[in-house]
Amino acid sequence: MSNLLAARGQMAMSLGFHIVFAVVGIGMPLLMVLAEWRWQRTGDAVYLDLARRWARGTAILFAVGAVSGTVLSFELGLLWPRFMAFAGPVIGMPFSLEGFAFFTEAIFLGVYLYGWNRVSPGAHLLAGVAVAVSGAASGVFVVMANSWMNTPAGFEMAGGRVISVDPLRALANPAAFQQTLHMLIAAYVGTGFAVAGIHAWLLLRHPKNAFHRRALTLALLVGAPAAVIQPLSGDISARAVARQQPAKLAALEALFETTRGAPLTIGGIPDVDTRTVHFGVRIPYGLSLLAFHDLHAEVRGLDQVPRHDWPPVAVVHAAFQVMVGLGTYLALLSLVLGWRAWQRKPVASSRTLLRAVAIATPLGFLAIEAGWTVTEVGRQPWIITGILRTRDAVTPMPGIVVPFVLFTLLYIGLSVAVIWLLYRQIIRAPGTNDPASSGVAHG
Amino acid sequence: MADASPAAVPLAAVLAGVILLALTAYALLGGADFGGGVWDLLASGPRRDRQRALIADAIGPIWEANHVWLILAVVLLFTCFPDAFARVGVTLHVPLVLLLVGIVLRGSAFTFRSYDSRRDAVQRRWGAVFSGASIITPLLLGAAVGALATGRVVPPAGGFVAAYVRPWATPFALATGALALALFAFLAAVYLTVEAGDERPLADDFRRRAIGALVASAVIAGGSLLVARRGAPLMHAALTGSRWALPLHTGAIAAAIAALATLLLRRYRAARVAAAALVSLIIWGWGAAQYPLLVPPDLSIAATAAPASTLRFVALGLVAGGLILIPSLIYLFRVFKSERAMRSTPKA
Repeated sequence: MSNLLAARGQMAMSLGFHIVFAVVGIGMPLLMVLAEWRWQRTGDAVYLDLARRWARGTAILFAVGAVSGTVLSFELGLLWPRFMAFAGPVIGMPFSLEGFAFFTEAIFLGVYLYGWNRVSPGAHLLAGVAVAVSGAASGVFVVMANSWMNTPAGFEMAGGRVISVDPLRALANPAAFQQTLHMLIAAYVGTGFAVAGIHAWLLLRHPKNAFHRRALTLALLVGAPAAVIQPLSGDISARAVARQQPAKLAALEALFETTRGAPLTIGGIPDVDTRTVHFGVRIPYGLSLLAFHDLHAEVRGLDQVPRHDWPPVAVVHAAFQVMVGLGTYLALLSLVLGWRAWQRKPVASSRTLLRAVAIATPLGFLAIEAGWTVTEVGRQPWIITGILRTRDAVTPMPGIVVPFVLFTLLYIGLSVAVIWLLYRQIIRAPGTNDPASSGVAHG
Repeated sequence: MADASPAAVPLAAVLAGVILLALTAYALLGGADFGGGVWDLLASGPRRDRQRALIADAIGPIWEANHVWLILAVVLLFTCFPDAFARVGVTLHVPLVLLLVGIVLRGSAFTFRSYDSRRDAVQRRWGAVFSGASIITPLLLGAAVGALATGRVVPPAGGFVAAYVRPWATPFALATGALALALFAFLAAVYLTVEAGDERPLADDFRRRAIGALVASAVIAGGSLLVARRGAPLMHAALTGSRWALPLHTGAIAAAIAALATLLLRRYRAARVAAAALVSLIIWGWGAAQYPLLVPPDLSIAATAAPASTLRFVALGLVAGGLILIPSLIYLFRVFKSERAMRSTPKA
């Protein structure tokens, strides 16, 4: 394995691992705050139990997110020193802001988890709100830094170095708005459906359990509306990518030739040698319509990009199909759930719907991983679009395959431990065997 | 990335000072959490379980916030001094990767142990990972700092060992690692004497440990000064010859004596102040000895500073962020660490 490939593998693996916990850090605090708020409003002890259990899950997942995020902040320099030497002063601003947001999140999560008996109920709920808000803010800032890599702005170069910086323009780079919007919504979709799915699965086994019924409702209240509006945010993203990153759009749609009235290719296997897509379903004018809201608009294909600057088309196209497919399932399911709520029929009384929600447990997260694959692999061979190539940014240190394997094994071990712990501690239905429910002060 | 305007240099120096302050905060707070892991491993005697429980209660609510100081230092370093960050990332790759493994294992194992309420073999295994990682992480952090101070963090040249191992595998760097470990253990033991509150036998356990760690720190510090003569001549010259060397040493020795005396007198709150002052003076001494170099022998603050506009925005961001951060931190520590809070530790 080449050093570059090992470095890319390590970065992809580290990001793919961390993103799960980062997303949970945005979504879970909202859920636990909602549960606690319902408890304070209704006095229904089930909601308190729910808030405490969700808080325990949040604590475990947040800790893994905090340490895997630390790994990433170092890996920027360990793997991509030349990228950081160039870009540090330009994208340091969002990272610094993220640092403060993360600080706030960690502080108030400490207050929330350990402060049940130490601060007033109002202060406790507010601490939870602070966690939810700062978690969302830190996600927004990090994605802003990433969007700058896609659409770099706000700096002047001379002799391959940055000589002056406009940090606000770099922060508000062209891709920042749609990328942060799409990711923030995705975080609520992913967490909402993961939690709803787990409780739906448990409801299939214990249909009368009030705890799981309330949990399902709250989680769907977060996940389902987000899943319905996500396609709109996706539309904003697609049109922006068409204008700002035509090579990425061409790769994710597997469009080899520049075309007026371009068709939309669903599925299929792109063949870069023959510049065709095998087995794909073509919808006439679909791509022009989606990318430019105009049936006859010209969509730039990969023929406008030098062959050696193509992203890996097959990977990007497949990842995009996965993301859109999963997002569509979640959006349609949410519409059905919304219709049922409108009719005032509980979701839990339909086993078919419960199964459909249970299946959705991992889907939001899979869509997020696929979406990040589109964003990151679709930018290749550039680490900063048009400015710096990934291969020119990598560390000169040989043998990166060793830390790559080391961190991969470490994260596999952590994943197994987290899943097992959540199963042991969180998922077991309350009231059966719960020595910990009284020990919340110790977390 | 030097900026032509003369005003950029003082601001860059101020921001370098802020990074040093963040590292100081990390040592005083996050360092003590690592020290807690050391005492978890070395828990012994009739109150072994009480010692471990006290450590877990003390660290639990605050370790994540304490940990962010390190991230803040890293982010400020790559924003304000990108070339210094890149150099450190390349040449110190090996110890930093191991440091990260330690950080990951310590944080997750501590949390897993806290939330694994069954008292069984699995939970004890998390405890072993937590305390083991609490020992290797300070060693590597100190070794990285020691490597910087020796002036060997240069662009890689020669074979793998020459380029990526020798810069930090020196007696001075490893002694600095040992010093960091001893000082973190010292801080933790002193803080725990306060945390023990009215439980006098428990406080005495940590009083003995604090004194032991202080003596160990002094021995290691003396030893590293000896190896510094050959291994880190730059540091040695600054620590013995410069005009602030005498006040610094006087201050550090005074803080060490004050810590020892207050521990002997069981004036634990005063001992906590003295211990924090001692560790701060050591870190600032390191910074002062290197000034104006960030990565000796060649990368100075001025030469690696980001463009002035970046530095100005970071400075503004620090003020704005501080307005949120400082009251939040004060609130956190008031809730969990004030005298009243510690008297009424809920044992639900």
